[in-house]
Amino acid sequence: MESKIIIEDLDLYINGDQILKNINLHIPKNKITVILGPSGCGKTSLMKCMNRLTDIYPEMRIRGKILIDNENILDTHQDVTLLRKKMGLLSQRPYPLPMSIFNNVAFGMKINGKKKKAYLQHRVEHYLKQANLWDEVKHRLKDPGTSLSIGQQQRMCLARGLAVDPDIILADEPSSALDPISSLEIEKKFVELKENYTIVLVTHILRQAMRLADYVVFMYLGEVIEQGPAKEFFASPKTEITKAYLSGSIN
Amino acid sequence: MKRYLSKHYTLKRKIQVLEELFFRSAMLTASILITLALCSIIWSIMQKGLPCLSWEMISQAPKGGFYFGKEGGILNAIAGSVYLAFGSTLLAFVIGLPVALYLNTYLQRAPRLVTIIRFILDLLWGIPSIVYGAFGFALMVFFRLPSSLAAGIIIVALLILPIMIRAIDEGLKSSPAGLKEAAYSLGSTNAELSFKILTRQCMPAIITAILLSFGRAIGDAASVLFTTGFTDNIPYSLGQPAATLPLSIFFQLSSPIPQVKERAYAAAAVLTIIILITSILSRLLSKKHNKNIVKF
Repeated sequence: MESKIIIEDLDLYINGDQILKNINLHIPKNKITVILGPSGCGKTSLMKCMNRLTDIYPEMRIRGKILIDNENILDTHQDVTLLRKKMGLLSQRPYPLPMSIFNNVAFGMKINGKKKKAYLQHRVEHYLKQANLWDEVKHRLKDPGTSLSIGQQQRMCLARGLAVDPDIILADEPSSALDPISSLEIEKKFVELKENYTIVLVTHILRQAMRLADYVVFMYLGEVIEQGPAKEFFASPKTEITKAYLSGSIN
Repeated sequence: MKRYLSKHYTLKRKIQVLEELFFRSAMLTASILITLALCSIIWSIMQKGLPCLSWEMISQAPKGGFYFGKEGGILNAIAGSVYLAFGSTLLAFVIGLPVALYLNTYLQRAPRLVTIIRFILDLLWGIPSIVYGAFGFALMVFFRLPSSLAAGIIIVALLILPIMIRAIDEGLKSSPAGLKEAAYSLGSTNAELSFKILTRQCMPAIITAILLSFGRAIGDAASVLFTTGFTDNIPYSLGQPAATLPLSIFFQLSSPIPQVKERAYAAAAVLTIIILITSILSRLLSKKHNKNIVKF
C-alpha cells in the first residue's frame, strides 16, 4: 500500500501545552483515512498541521516531520501557498467567501491566474457537477454564496476545494452542521472521489467511520492509540481504550 | 406590576423579575434621553439656521462687510470644508486600509507587536486636535510654508488616521477565523486574502470608518486654524489657503451683530446637512455590497 502522507514524531504545542504527542502515521494514497476519536483529542489540530494552517496561529509550535510525496512540508523553505493548493479543506461548518456562488468556485482558479471567462464557466460547471450541486444552482450562479442552505454551502465548499485541483482532501467533521440527508450526500461523494484523491476525514461519529473508512487512525488525548485497515480495526481492536471507545463506554 | 409578580413566585424569582424590570426601564430611559438630546440639537440648529439660509448664503463668497451684516455668503467655507474633508478622508483611507489589513494578516504571527500598535493608535486617537494643529504649525514654520489647503489636508489626515485604522481594524478582527482558514487553504496569499476577501467581508466596518473619519475631518476647527488658515476666497489650488465651515461658524458667532450671529446657525445647518447627506449616500451605496457578507 502506497503512502501519500507520512507523519513522523510530530509534536504540537499550544501556549506551551502539548496537544499532539509523538504522532506517527501513514496515510495511504487514494483511500479514505478516517481519524477517529472523542472531542478534544487533537484531531482537528492534526489536520491543521497537514496544510500548515498552524502557521497563522502564533501560539502553536510544531516539531517533527510531515512528508507528503516524500517532501517534508514543515521545512521552512516550502512555499506554503503551493502546498495548500495541493489540499482541499472542508471545515466543520461551511465558510462561503463573501461573493457569488460562481466566484466562490472560481476564486481558487482566478488567483492562480486563470481568468478567461469561457474557461472559468466551463470549469465551474464541472466542479459544481462533481459536488452534486449544479442542478440546484445553475440558474442562480450570481446569487451570493450565503444564500444557499448550509448543506448546499458545504457542497459548494467542496466544489471550491476541488477547483484548485488538489491531490488530497482534508475533511474536518464535514457533516457536523448538516442534516442526515446532506451528510449522506457528502459521504457518497467521498466514496466516488477516492479514486482520484487521497481523503483524510476527521470524525467522532463511529457509524460514519464504519461506513467510509478504508484505514482508521484512532486518537485519544493527543496520542495515536491504534491504526490499521478498517476491517481489522473494527473487527479486532488491539488496545483496551479502543475497545472501550468502540463499545461506547468512552466518548 | 401585578402581571410581573404573581404570588406563586418564590422570593428568588421575584427578585429576578424586579431586576429585569429595573434594568429594562433604565435602558429605556437612557435611550429616550439620548434620542431627545440628539433631536434637540438638530432641532435647535435647524430652527435657528433654516430661516436665515438663503440661496445667497450658499452660492456666494463673503463680500466686503459680510462679517458686519452686509451681503455675501459662505460658499468659501463650504468649498474649503468639502475639499478638506474629502481630501483628508481619501488620504487617510489610502494609508489606513493597508495598515489595518497588514495588522490582521501579515502581522498575525506577532501578536505582541500588534497589541503595542493598537495601543499607540488609541493614544493618538485621544490626542486633542489643537495639538495636531500646533504640530502642523510648527512644521510649517520650520519649512517656511504658508498655510494652505494641502497643509490642512495632511494634518487632518494625520488626525483622522488613527480613527480610520482602528475602526477598520475592529471590523477585521471580528471576521471569523474559519473564513481566513478557508481562503488560505485555497492557496491565497496574504494580499489576496486582504484585498479580495477581507475588504468585502468587512465592508460595513470600512464604511463606518470612512464616515467617522469624514465627520471628524469636516467638523474639526482646531487643527485647521493655523494650517489651512482662513480666507474669503474660494480655493482654486492646493497651495492656497482655504476657509472651513467650523471656523466660519466660530467667526460669525463671535460677532456682536445679531444678524451675523443668526447666519452662524445657517452655516451650522449647512454643515449638518452635508454630514447627513454623506452618511445616507454612503450607506445606500454600500448596501449592494453587503448582500455577500457572511454572517455568523
